[in-house]
Formats: sequence, structure tokens, C-alpha cells
Amino acid sequence: MSGLVAATATLELLQLEPPGWGAPLLQGLMASVLIALGAYGLGLLLGLIGAFAKLQGGPVARDLAAVYTTVVRAVPELVLILILFYAGTDAVNQLLLSFGYERIQISGVAAGIGVLGVVQGAYATEVLRGAIQAVPAGQIEAARAMGMPPGLIARRVTLPLMLPNALPGLGNLWLNATKDTALLAVVGFAELTQTTRQAAGATKAYFTFFMAAGALYLAISLLSGWGFALLERRARRGQPELRS
Amino acid sequence: MILSRAFWQPHRIVMALVVLAIVLWCALSLRWDWVPKYAPMAALGLWRTIWILALSILFGLLLAIPLGLAQAVGPWFLAWPARAFCTVIRGTPLLLQLWLLYYGLGSLFPQIPWIRQSDLWPILRQAWPYGLLALTLSFAGYEGEVMRGAFKGVPKGQLEAAKAMGMPRLTTLRRIWLPQALHRVLPTLGGETVLQLKATPLVATITVVDIYAVASRVRQDTFLTYEPLLLLAVIYMAITAVIVLIFRWFENRRPAKVA
Repeated sequence: MSGLVAATATLELLQLEPPGWGAPLLQGLMASVLIALGAYGLGLLLGLIGAFAKLQGGPVARDLAAVYTTVVRAVPELVLILILFYAGTDAVNQLLLSFGYERIQISGVAAGIGVLGVVQGAYATEVLRGAIQAVPAGQIEAARAMGMPPGLIARRVTLPLMLPNALPGLGNLWLNATKDTALLAVVGFAELTQTTRQAAGATKAYFTFFMAAGALYLAISLLSGWGFALLERRARRGQPELRS
Repeated sequence: MILSRAFWQPHRIVMALVVLAIVLWCALSLRWDWVPKYAPMAALGLWRTIWILALSILFGLLLAIPLGLAQAVGPWFLAWPARAFCTVIRGTPLLLQLWLLYYGLGSLFPQIPWIRQSDLWPILRQAWPYGLLALTLSFAGYEGEVMRGAFKGVPKGQLEAAKAMGMPRLTTLRRIWLPQALHRVLPTLGGETVLQLKATPLVATITVVDIYAVASRVRQDTFLTYEPLLLLAVIYMAITAVIVLIFRWFENRRPAKVA
């Protein structure tokens, strides 16, 4: 408990003005949220492609999607981040060089979004596949019988109907996205956790800073949990209430 | 599945050949001469990864049982802290929890004389207890939530029958409630174990030398980027496969139908 006492004694270190580390922490938070949003968006896109590949693709597309989800879900995110980080920047630079352009330095934000997006995509594939499978087949058959083209069926029937099934899983994925941004601290990117460690190391007020950062992450989690509950209620409007 | 004839459709043979070609290319044109030198270190690292994983799951499960029970049926003064614990653990990154424990407690303990003089100090001075503690608490937080659902999911009639037979409450918990709840958890436990395995490399950031840390060390020593990481990914995939097989064996052994 003396840690708590020490923490309250160093609270002024969290002020926004320069002796305090408030401003860098908030910048770190912004970077984390930005990367999480980007990675989540990319993950959803990859997940949709993966889910449709698994459900409606040919044998090759189906197997490729299975390999993607299996490999990504079996290897630790930390290792994947390192591999994709180096391989990704290497590949982009090789491509640029072969087209006669200069080598570029890829920004940490872009690399983070790309890497975490690929990881998110594998989990999103499974969530969306399960949700799409839970859509009553009659609905899709009816749409097909009306002569709707496949793209229109996906947009008007499958996706809106699977949304309430997918939202709990997608909510968890979003929470994972925000928490996985902390892993970018290991490659030295200045997001919230890395900034916190720098601040804590510089001032020796470890409890203060790590607890402050924890409170910020927790606030994001609680807010998004509430937001996803609202979204799910909206997606389920018109459906009969389930009694448990 | 892999051995059956139906599995080897033409496109799968082509894909297998492509994979084989990639593996061969990796084996021939990448550098692997460092492997023998670091093999003993890697074996130690692997062993450390495995026992940290096993211990954190064991202790985490033991903690998760009271956490789940408190949330499912406990009075408010037990249920509320248990729920708060699970929410905080699940709402913050594990890396942050790990660093809070390691740097925070690690900077606090040396200032307290009786901890420095105690027999535990040689252990507390090392990094692995903090890693194990963080992983254990994290697993307890996630699994506590799962156990809550499992305890609630046991049919009421089972508990009422036990009560009607005059079983004391602790015996009911030990003989009826807990086994049936664990039985429900088993299918998800395999997945949670794989997730926990993927969390273990984080302990390398606090200087515990697990298999991930060995790979980082190789990268620093040899300036190779891909080779250690690729081998590391393969090792983790192999451990994942073993975990999946073990849990599949467990699930096949359990009686299929209970209540």
C-alpha cells in the first residue's frame, strides 16, 4: 500500500505543462487510438474477404484463408509484429527500388496499422464467418430467388443480418486491437505504453505513471464496451427479445 | 485427416509442393550455421517458456475458481471486488500490467528492510516471479469470467438434488458443482491456453530468458533478421499444435454426456 501513498505524492507529475508528463502521455494515447482504429478497419476488411473466401470461395481460396487464420493465430503477436515489421518495410522498399524510386522510411503509425491489421484480420475472419453462417439460409435463398446479384445480396441481406451476431465478437476484437497497440512498445514505437515507461523511468514514479496509463486504457475499454452495447441494441432492433 | 485420400486433392498437392519449395529455399539460401551454437541456450529458453506457461495456467485456474464463484453466487462484498478485478485485468494491456509489477514492485521492494532481509529476497530479486505473477493474474482475470458463466450454467436440479441428499455445501461444491463447471470450461480451455502461450514472450521484456529472448539474443549477436524469427515462429506453431492435440485427447476422454 505504500506504493499507493508514493503514487499520490507524485500526482503533479501528470500535469500537462512540461515538468509534468501529461502532454506526452496524451499524445501516446492519441497514437494508440489512431493505430487501433486503423488496424481495426484493415482487420475488418481482411476479415470480410477471409470470411467470404472461407464460405463461398473455391477450394484454393478456402485453403489459403485457412492457412492464414491458422498461422496467424498460432504465432505470438509479438513475433508476428517483428516479422511483418521487418519483412513489410523490406518488401515495400524492394518494390520501390525495382520501380526506380528511392528507399523510404515507413512511419511507425503506418507499419503498426499494417502489422496489427493483418493480425486482426485473422481473428475477424473467424468472427465474421461464424456470424454469416448463423444467418438463416432462407433469407439468402429468397434474395437469390428474387434475382439479386451476389454483391447486392451481401450488402442488403447477408451483412445487415449477420451484424447482430457478429457485434459481440467484433467488440472483443476492438478491445484486443486497443490492447495490442501496447505491443508496439517493444519495437520502440512511442505509443501510450512506451511513453509511460519513458516517463516512469525518467521520474522513478513507476506506480503513478503505470496506473495512470492503466486508467486511460480502462477508460477506453469501458467506453467502447458501452458503445458496442448501444450498437448491438440498434442492430437488434425489431428482433424478438431473447429471454435468458 | 492429413493421411486420408480425400485430403489430397490436386490443388492441395500443388500447395504442399509450394510450401516444400519455400522450406527448401529457406533451408538452403538462408544462414543457419548459428543453430548448433545456440541450441543449448534455446533448449533452456524453451523449457522456461513451458514451465512459465504451465505454472501460470495452474495458479491462474486455482484463482479463477473463487473469482468465478464469487461473481456467480457470492454476496455483494465478494462479487463486486471480483468483478472489478476481472474488468481491470481484461481492460488493460498485459504488457502494462507486467511493467507495473516489475518496475513498480521491483523499485518498491528494495526500500523495505524486512523484505530485503527475508529468505525470499534472492527469489524476489530475479525477474521471473514478476513475470509469472503478471501472467497468472491475467489468466485468472480472463478465466474468472469464463468460470462465472460455467458455475451459472450448471443445472439447478443438480444442486437441489445434492441438497436434498443432505450434502454439506462444501461437498456439493467439490463433488457436483466444480466438476460439472470444469467440464463445461474444458472446450474453451484449450483456446485460452494457446492465447496464454502467445502472451508468454512478453516476459522477455523484463529480462526473463525464455525462447523469445534467446531469439532476440541471436538477432543481436549475428545481425540476422529473419532466420531466428522464422525459426521462433515455427517453434511456437509446434507448441500450439502440441497444446491442441493434448486438449483434443482430453476432450475425447471425457464422458460425452453429463446432465
